[in-house]
Amino acid sequence: MAALHDPVRRAVYEYVVSRGREVGRNEAAEAVGVQRTLAAFHLDKLVEAGLLEAGFKRLGEKTGPGSGRPAKVYRRAAGEWQVSVPARDYRTLALVLAEVVDVLGGDERAEEAARRAGGRLADRGEDLAQALRRRGYEPYEEDGRLRLRNCPFHVLSQEHPLLVCSMNLALCQGLLEGIGDDPARARLDPRPGECCVSLSINNEN
Amino acid sequence: MHLAQLNVARLRAPLDSPEIAEFVDLLGPVNEVSDAAPGFVWRLKASEDPRETVEHGYGDDLVINFSVWVSREALWNFVYRSVHLPVLQRRREWFLHMAEPYSVMWWIPEGHVPSLEEGMERLELLRREGPTPEAFTFKEFYEPGGGGEAGSAGGGGETGSAGSSEGRSGSSREAASLPAAAEVRK
Repeated sequence: MAALHDPVRRAVYEYVVSRGREVGRNEAAEAVGVQRTLAAFHLDKLVEAGLLEAGFKRLGEKTGPGSGRPAKVYRRAAGEWQVSVPARDYRTLALVLAEVVDVLGGDERAEEAARRAGGRLADRGEDLAQALRRRGYEPYEEDGRLRLRNCPFHVLSQEHPLLVCSMNLALCQGLLEGIGDDPARARLDPRPGECCVSLSINNEN
Repeated sequence: MHLAQLNVARLRAPLDSPEIAEFVDLLGPVNEVSDAAPGFVWRLKASEDPRETVEHGYGDDLVINFSVWVSREALWNFVYRSVHLPVLQRRREWFLHMAEPYSVMWWIPEGHVPSLEEGMERLELLRREGPTPEAFTFKEFYEPGGGGEAGSAGGGGETGSAGSSEGRSGSSREAASLPAAAEVRK
Protein backbone atom coordinates (compact mmCIF):
# COMPACT_ATOMS: atom_id res chain seq x y z
CA MET A 1 0.00 0.00 0.00
CA ALA A 2 3.00 2.25 0.58
CA ALA A 3 3.52 1.91 -3.18
CA LEU A 4 0.50 4.20 -3.67
CA HIS A 5 1.70 6.92 -1.29
CA ASP A 6 3.48 8.96 -3.94
CA PRO A 7 0.91 11.28 -5.59
CA VAL A 8 2.28 10.84 -9.13
CA ARG A 9 2.39 7.08 -8.74
CA ARG A 10 -1.13 7.07 -7.42
CA ALA A 11 -2.31 9.14 -10.38
CA VAL A 12 -0.57 6.73 -12.76
CA TYR A 13 -2.23 3.76 -11.04
CA GLU A 14 -5.65 5.37 -11.07
CA TYR A 15 -5.34 6.25 -14.74
CA VAL A 16 -4.43 2.66 -15.77
CA VAL A 17 -7.26 1.23 -13.64
CA SER A 18 -9.81 3.69 -15.05
CA ARG A 19 -9.09 2.58 -18.62
CA GLY A 20 -10.02 -1.07 -18.05
CA ARG A 21 -7.52 -2.09 -20.76
CA GLU A 22 -3.80 -2.15 -21.44
CA VAL A 23 -2.09 1.23 -21.28
CA GLY A 24 1.30 2.13 -22.80
CA ARG A 25 4.00 4.32 -21.18
CA ASN A 26 3.41 7.30 -23.49
CA GLU A 27 -0.30 7.30 -22.87
CA ALA A 28 0.13 7.14 -19.08
CA ALA A 29 2.73 9.94 -19.16
CA GLU A 30 0.45 12.22 -21.21
CA ALA A 31 -2.58 11.50 -19.06
CA VAL A 32 -0.80 12.29 -15.82
CA GLY A 33 1.29 15.13 -17.27
CA VAL A 34 4.79 13.86 -16.50
CA GLN A 35 7.82 12.81 -18.54
CA ARG A 36 7.69 9.39 -20.17
CA THR A 37 10.70 8.15 -18.16
CA LEU A 38 9.09 9.17 -14.88
CA ALA A 39 5.81 7.48 -15.85
CA ALA A 40 7.74 4.34 -16.81
CA PHE A 41 9.54 4.38 -13.46
CA HIS A 42 6.27 4.51 -11.54
CA LEU A 43 4.58 1.95 -13.77
CA ASP A 44 7.39 -0.53 -13.16
CA LYS A 45 7.31 0.17 -9.41
CA LEU A 46 3.59 -0.63 -9.45
CA VAL A 47 4.32 -3.92 -11.22
CA GLU A 48 6.96 -4.71 -8.59
CA ALA A 49 4.38 -4.03 -5.87
CA GLY A 50 1.95 -6.44 -7.56
CA LEU A 51 -0.65 -3.75 -8.27
CA LEU A 52 -0.22 -3.79 -12.06
CA GLU A 53 0.72 -6.46 -14.58
CA ALA A 54 3.01 -5.75 -17.52
CA GLY A 55 3.04 -7.26 -20.99
CA PHE A 56 4.24 -6.46 -24.47
CA LYS A 57 2.00 -5.46 -27.35
CA ARG A 58 2.23 -3.76 -30.72
CA LEU A 59 0.36 -0.51 -30.27
CA GLY A 60 0.52 0.72 -33.91
CA GLU A 61 -1.36 -0.51 -36.94
CA LYS A 62 1.79 -1.80 -38.61
CA THR A 63 2.88 -5.42 -38.32
CA GLY A 64 5.83 -7.40 -39.62
CA PRO A 65 9.35 -6.07 -40.30
CA GLY A 66 9.73 -2.33 -39.77
CA SER A 67 6.89 -2.05 -37.29
CA GLY A 68 9.32 -1.74 -34.40
CA ARG A 69 9.49 -3.80 -31.26
CA PRO A 70 6.35 -4.29 -29.17
CA ALA A 71 5.69 -1.63 -26.52
CA LYS A 72 5.48 -2.39 -22.82
CA VAL A 73 1.88 -2.15 -21.66
CA TYR A 74 0.26 -2.23 -18.23
CA ARG A 75 -3.07 -3.28 -16.76
CA ARG A 76 -4.47 -3.85 -13.30
CA ALA A 77 -3.24 -7.05 -11.64
CA ALA A 78 -5.90 -9.70 -11.09
CA GLY A 79 -5.12 -10.21 -7.42
CA GLU A 80 -6.67 -8.17 -4.66
CA TRP A 81 -5.13 -6.52 -1.62
CA GLN A 82 -6.72 -5.89 1.66
CA VAL A 83 -5.29 -4.01 4.57
CA SER A 84 -6.70 -4.36 8.05
CA VAL A 85 -5.03 -3.48 11.29
CA PRO A 86 -5.58 -5.36 13.52
CA ALA A 87 -6.25 -8.49 11.44
CA ARG A 88 -9.89 -9.00 10.45
CA ASP A 89 -11.30 -11.75 8.25
CA TYR A 90 -14.81 -10.93 7.06
CA ARG A 91 -14.38 -12.90 3.85
CA THR A 92 -14.31 -16.37 5.39
CA LEU A 93 -17.40 -15.70 7.44
CA ALA A 94 -19.20 -14.12 4.46
CA LEU A 95 -18.51 -17.27 2.41
CA VAL A 96 -19.87 -19.46 5.20
CA LEU A 97 -22.99 -17.30 5.54
CA ALA A 98 -23.56 -17.34 1.78
CA GLU A 99 -23.45 -21.11 1.89
CA VAL A 100 -26.00 -21.13 4.70
CA VAL A 101 -28.35 -18.92 2.66
CA ASP A 102 -27.97 -21.33 -0.26
CA VAL A 103 -28.64 -24.39 1.89
CA LEU A 104 -31.72 -22.78 3.48
CA GLY A 105 -33.00 -21.51 0.11
CA GLY A 106 -33.12 -18.07 1.74
CA ASP A 107 -32.07 -15.96 -1.22
CA GLU A 108 -35.28 -13.93 -1.38
CA ARG A 109 -34.82 -12.89 2.24
CA ALA A 110 -31.17 -12.13 1.52
CA GLU A 111 -32.21 -9.88 -1.37
CA GLU A 112 -34.67 -8.02 0.85
CA ALA A 113 -31.95 -7.48 3.43
CA ALA A 114 -29.53 -6.31 0.74
CA ARG A 115 -32.08 -3.81 -0.53
CA ARG A 116 -32.54 -2.38 2.95
CA ALA A 117 -28.77 -2.23 3.45
CA GLY A 118 -28.38 -0.49 0.08
CA GLY A 119 -30.79 2.22 1.20
CA ARG A 120 -28.45 3.10 4.05
CA LEU A 121 -25.37 3.32 1.84
CA ALA A 122 -26.15 6.63 0.17
CA ASP A 123 -27.45 10.02 1.25
CA ARG A 124 -30.65 11.48 -0.14
CA GLY A 125 -29.90 13.61 -3.16
CA GLU A 126 -26.35 12.29 -3.55
CA ASP A 127 -25.00 11.97 -7.08
CA LEU A 128 -25.46 8.37 -8.25
CA ALA A 129 -22.03 7.95 -9.85
CA GLN A 130 -20.42 9.47 -6.77
CA ALA A 131 -22.28 7.08 -4.45
CA LEU A 132 -21.23 4.10 -6.58
CA ARG A 133 -17.63 5.32 -6.69
CA ARG A 134 -17.56 5.59 -2.92
CA ARG A 135 -18.66 1.96 -2.67
CA GLY A 136 -15.83 0.84 -4.97
CA TYR A 137 -17.88 0.03 -8.09
CA GLU A 138 -15.72 2.18 -10.41
CA PRO A 139 -18.59 3.45 -12.59
CA TYR A 140 -18.09 4.62 -16.18
CA GLU A 141 -20.48 5.67 -18.94
CA GLU A 142 -21.22 3.63 -22.02
CA ASP A 143 -24.15 3.94 -24.43
CA GLY A 144 -26.34 5.91 -22.05
CA ARG A 145 -25.76 3.59 -19.11
CA LEU A 146 -23.50 3.60 -16.09
CA ARG A 147 -21.47 0.40 -16.17
CA LEU A 148 -19.45 -0.79 -13.18
CA ARG A 149 -15.89 -1.87 -13.83
CA ASN A 150 -15.27 -3.41 -10.41
CA CYS A 151 -17.23 -6.01 -8.48
CA PRO A 152 -16.73 -5.16 -4.79
CA PHE A 153 -17.80 -8.71 -3.87
CA HIS A 154 -15.59 -10.52 -6.37
CA VAL A 155 -14.47 -13.48 -4.25
CA LEU A 156 -18.01 -14.13 -3.03
CA SER A 157 -19.45 -13.81 -6.52
CA GLN A 158 -17.06 -16.48 -7.77
CA GLU A 159 -18.26 -18.94 -5.12
CA HIS A 160 -21.98 -18.06 -5.09
CA PRO A 161 -22.65 -16.16 -8.32
CA LEU A 162 -26.44 -16.41 -8.36
CA LEU A 163 -26.92 -15.36 -4.76
CA VAL A 164 -24.28 -12.63 -4.77
CA CYS A 165 -25.33 -11.09 -8.11
CA SER A 166 -28.99 -11.06 -7.03
CA MET A 167 -28.04 -9.46 -3.71
CA ASN A 168 -25.84 -6.95 -5.48
CA LEU A 169 -28.70 -5.93 -7.77
CA ALA A 170 -30.94 -5.52 -4.71
CA LEU A 171 -28.21 -3.48 -3.00
CA CYS A 172 -27.96 -1.14 -6.01
CA GLN A 173 -31.76 -0.79 -6.12
CA GLY A 174 -31.72 0.06 -2.42
CA LEU A 175 -28.96 2.56 -3.01
CA LEU A 176 -31.08 4.26 -5.69
CA GLU A 177 -33.98 4.43 -3.25
CA GLY A 178 -31.62 5.83 -0.65
CA ILE A 179 -30.70 8.79 -2.84
CA GLY A 180 -34.38 9.20 -3.75
CA ASP A 181 -34.22 7.76 -7.24
CA ASP A 182 -36.12 5.11 -9.22
CA PRO A 183 -34.80 1.62 -8.27
CA ALA A 184 -35.77 0.32 -11.74
CA ARG A 185 -32.77 2.20 -13.14
CA ALA A 186 -30.60 -0.74 -12.04
CA ARG A 187 -30.76 -4.07 -13.82
CA LEU A 188 -28.73 -7.25 -14.17
CA ASP A 189 -26.51 -6.73 -17.20
CA PRO A 190 -23.44 -8.91 -16.65
CA ARG A 191 -20.30 -9.02 -18.74
CA PRO A 192 -17.11 -11.04 -18.31
CA GLY A 193 -14.72 -9.29 -15.94
CA GLU A 194 -17.13 -6.58 -14.69
CA CYS A 195 -19.89 -6.07 -12.15
CA CYS A 196 -23.24 -7.74 -12.98
CA VAL A 197 -25.32 -4.53 -12.70
CA SER A 198 -25.70 -1.51 -14.96
CA LEU A 199 -27.82 1.59 -14.39
CA SER A 200 -29.61 3.87 -16.81
CA ILE A 201 -28.27 7.42 -16.74
CA ASN A 202 -31.53 9.02 -17.73
CA ASN A 203 -34.61 8.04 -15.84
CA GLU A 204 -36.07 5.81 -18.54
CA ASN A 205 -35.40 2.12 -18.92
CA MET B 1 -10.59 -31.93 -23.98
CA HIS B 2 -13.97 -30.24 -24.04
CA LEU B 3 -16.30 -29.60 -21.13
CA ALA B 4 -19.77 -31.16 -21.30
CA GLN B 5 -22.50 -29.88 -19.03
CA LEU B 6 -26.03 -31.04 -18.41
CA ASN B 7 -28.66 -29.50 -16.19
CA VAL B 8 -32.27 -30.36 -15.51
CA ALA B 9 -35.16 -28.35 -14.11
CA ARG B 10 -38.63 -29.45 -13.03
CA LEU B 11 -41.46 -27.27 -14.39
CA ARG B 12 -44.13 -25.85 -12.08
CA ALA B 13 -46.73 -26.16 -14.86
CA PRO B 14 -46.89 -27.71 -18.36
CA LEU B 15 -44.60 -26.13 -20.93
CA ASP B 16 -47.55 -24.87 -22.98
CA SER B 17 -49.35 -23.29 -20.00
CA PRO B 18 -49.61 -19.49 -19.50
CA GLU B 19 -47.48 -19.69 -16.30
CA ILE B 20 -44.51 -20.88 -18.36
CA ALA B 21 -45.09 -18.70 -21.44
CA GLU B 22 -42.52 -16.08 -20.45
CA PHE B 23 -39.86 -18.74 -20.02
CA VAL B 24 -40.67 -20.22 -23.44
CA ASP B 25 -40.43 -16.73 -24.98
CA LEU B 26 -36.94 -16.32 -23.48
CA LEU B 27 -35.67 -19.63 -24.89
CA GLY B 28 -35.08 -18.23 -28.37
CA PRO B 29 -32.98 -15.17 -27.41
CA VAL B 30 -31.00 -17.05 -24.74
CA ASN B 31 -30.22 -20.00 -27.01
CA GLU B 32 -29.09 -17.59 -29.71
CA VAL B 33 -26.66 -15.97 -27.25
CA SER B 34 -25.45 -19.42 -26.17
CA ASP B 35 -24.81 -20.58 -29.72
CA ALA B 36 -22.89 -17.38 -30.56
CA ALA B 37 -20.93 -17.28 -27.27
CA PRO B 38 -17.11 -17.52 -27.35
CA GLY B 39 -16.09 -21.12 -26.64
CA PHE B 40 -19.48 -22.66 -27.43
CA VAL B 41 -19.08 -26.04 -29.16
CA TRP B 42 -22.38 -27.89 -29.26
CA ARG B 43 -25.87 -28.00 -27.83
CA LEU B 44 -28.48 -30.76 -27.90
CA LYS B 45 -31.33 -29.33 -29.96
CA ALA B 46 -34.85 -30.53 -30.68
CA SER B 47 -34.69 -28.81 -34.06
CA GLU B 48 -33.24 -25.73 -35.71
CA ASP B 49 -35.92 -23.67 -33.94
CA PRO B 50 -34.13 -22.12 -30.91
CA ARG B 51 -37.45 -21.88 -29.01
CA GLU B 52 -37.92 -25.64 -28.87
CA THR B 53 -36.88 -27.70 -25.85
CA VAL B 54 -35.35 -31.16 -26.09
CA GLU B 55 -37.82 -34.08 -26.12
CA HIS B 56 -36.84 -37.03 -23.98
CA GLY B 57 -38.16 -39.96 -22.00
CA TYR B 58 -37.44 -38.61 -18.49
CA GLY B 59 -40.83 -37.04 -17.83
CA ASP B 60 -42.75 -34.18 -19.48
CA ASP B 61 -42.10 -31.83 -16.56
CA LEU B 62 -38.32 -32.06 -16.92
CA VAL B 63 -36.51 -29.42 -19.02
CA ILE B 64 -33.01 -30.51 -20.01
CA ASN B 65 -30.10 -28.32 -21.14
CA PHE B 66 -27.13 -30.14 -22.56
CA SER B 67 -24.12 -28.40 -24.11
CA VAL B 68 -20.37 -28.64 -24.76
CA TRP B 69 -17.80 -25.83 -24.22
CA VAL B 70 -14.06 -25.38 -24.79
CA SER B 71 -13.33 -24.46 -21.16
CA ARG B 72 -14.72 -23.77 -17.71
CA GLU B 73 -14.33 -20.04 -18.34
CA ALA B 74 -16.34 -20.16 -21.58
CA LEU B 75 -19.21 -21.96 -19.86
CA TRP B 76 -19.00 -19.68 -16.78
CA ASN B 77 -19.15 -16.55 -18.90
CA PHE B 78 -22.28 -17.76 -20.66
CA VAL B 79 -24.04 -18.99 -17.51
CA TYR B 80 -23.22 -16.09 -15.17
CA ARG B 81 -21.86 -13.23 -17.32
CA SER B 82 -24.44 -12.97 -20.14
CA VAL B 83 -28.18 -12.37 -20.61
CA HIS B 84 -28.57 -15.91 -19.28
CA LEU B 85 -28.03 -14.64 -15.71
CA PRO B 86 -31.24 -12.56 -15.38
CA VAL B 87 -33.21 -15.54 -16.75
CA LEU B 88 -31.50 -17.84 -14.25
CA GLN B 89 -32.36 -15.39 -11.48
CA ARG B 90 -36.07 -15.84 -12.26
CA ARG B 91 -35.89 -19.66 -12.18
CA ARG B 92 -38.29 -20.01 -9.22
CA GLU B 93 -41.11 -18.44 -11.22
CA TRP B 94 -41.09 -21.43 -13.55
CA PHE B 95 -39.27 -24.28 -11.82
CA LEU B 96 -39.56 -26.19 -8.55
CA HIS B 97 -36.78 -26.17 -5.99
CA MET B 98 -34.64 -29.31 -6.28
CA ALA B 99 -33.09 -30.82 -3.20
CA GLU B 100 -30.57 -32.92 -5.14
CA PRO B 101 -27.91 -31.73 -7.62
CA TYR B 102 -29.42 -30.64 -10.94
CA SER B 103 -26.30 -29.64 -12.86
CA VAL B 104 -23.26 -31.74 -13.76
CA MET B 105 -20.07 -31.34 -15.82
CA TRP B 106 -17.45 -33.72 -17.14
CA TRP B 107 -14.63 -33.71 -19.67
CA ILE B 108 -15.03 -35.35 -23.11
CA PRO B 109 -12.58 -35.85 -25.99
CA GLU B 110 -12.83 -33.12 -28.62
CA GLY B 111 -15.16 -34.19 -31.42
CA HIS B 112 -17.16 -36.56 -29.23
CA VAL B 113 -20.88 -35.88 -29.37
CA PRO B 114 -22.27 -37.08 -26.04
CA SER B 115 -25.64 -38.83 -25.85
CA LEU B 116 -28.42 -37.76 -23.53
CA GLU B 117 -28.20 -41.15 -21.77
CA GLU B 118 -24.50 -40.51 -21.08
CA GLY B 119 -25.35 -37.09 -19.62
CA MET B 120 -28.13 -38.39 -17.39
CA GLU B 121 -25.80 -41.14 -16.13
CA ARG B 122 -23.25 -38.46 -15.14
CA LEU B 123 -25.93 -36.60 -13.23
CA GLU B 124 -26.88 -39.84 -11.45
CA LEU B 125 -23.20 -40.43 -10.65
CA LEU B 126 -22.91 -36.95 -9.13
CA ARG B 127 -26.06 -37.50 -7.08
CA ARG B 128 -24.83 -40.91 -5.90
CA GLU B 129 -21.15 -40.23 -5.11
CA GLY B 130 -20.77 -36.45 -4.93
CA PRO B 131 -18.25 -34.56 -7.08
CA THR B 132 -15.56 -36.75 -8.67
CA PRO B 133 -13.36 -36.23 -11.76
CA GLU B 134 -16.06 -38.06 -13.75
CA ALA B 135 -18.98 -35.88 -12.64
CA PHE B 136 -18.43 -32.52 -10.98
CA THR B 137 -19.72 -28.97 -10.56
CA PHE B 138 -18.46 -25.38 -10.84
CA LYS B 139 -17.91 -25.32 -7.10
CA GLU B 140 -16.08 -28.66 -6.93
CA PHE B 141 -14.32 -28.45 -10.25
CA TYR B 142 -11.82 -30.98 -11.66
CA GLU B 143 -9.26 -30.26 -14.36
CA PRO B 144 -9.09 -32.73 -17.29
CA GLY B 145 -7.00 -35.86 -16.79
CA GLY B 146 -8.46 -36.64 -13.38
CA GLY B 147 -6.11 -34.28 -11.53
CA GLY B 148 -6.86 -31.85 -8.73
CA GLU B 149 -9.47 -29.17 -8.60
CA ALA B 150 -9.35 -25.81 -10.34
CA GLY B 151 -6.48 -23.69 -9.19
CA SER B 152 -4.07 -26.59 -8.79
CA ALA B 153 -1.99 -27.42 -11.82
CA GLY B 154 -3.79 -30.59 -12.92
CA GLY B 155 -2.82 -34.18 -12.18
CA GLY B 156 0.11 -36.31 -13.19
CA GLY B 157 -1.36 -37.18 -16.57
CA GLU B 158 -3.45 -40.04 -15.26
CA THR B 159 -6.73 -40.57 -17.00
CA GLY B 160 -9.65 -40.72 -14.65
CA SER B 161 -11.88 -43.78 -14.72
CA ALA B 162 -14.99 -44.53 -12.74
CA GLY B 163 -13.20 -47.24 -10.75
CA SER B 164 -10.42 -44.99 -9.47
CA SER B 165 -12.54 -41.99 -8.56
CA GLU B 166 -12.76 -42.87 -4.90
CA GLY B 167 -9.07 -42.65 -4.06
CA ARG B 168 -8.32 -39.66 -6.22
CA SER B 169 -11.13 -37.47 -5.09
CA GLY B 170 -9.82 -38.11 -1.60
CA SER B 171 -6.53 -36.45 -2.44
CA SER B 172 -8.06 -33.54 -4.34
CA ARG B 173 -10.24 -32.75 -1.37
CA GLU B 174 -7.09 -31.58 0.34
CA ALA B 175 -6.72 -28.87 -2.28
CA ALA B 176 -10.21 -27.54 -1.76
CA SER B 177 -10.75 -24.38 0.20
CA LEU B 178 -11.81 -24.88 3.78
CA PRO B 179 -15.60 -24.40 3.72
CA ALA B 180 -15.91 -26.38 0.48
CA ALA B 181 -13.79 -29.23 1.84
CA ALA B 182 -15.95 -29.38 4.95
CA GLU B 183 -18.99 -29.66 2.69
CA VAL B 184 -17.53 -32.64 0.81
CA ARG B 185 -16.43 -34.48 3.93
CA LYS B 186 -19.69 -34.40 5.81
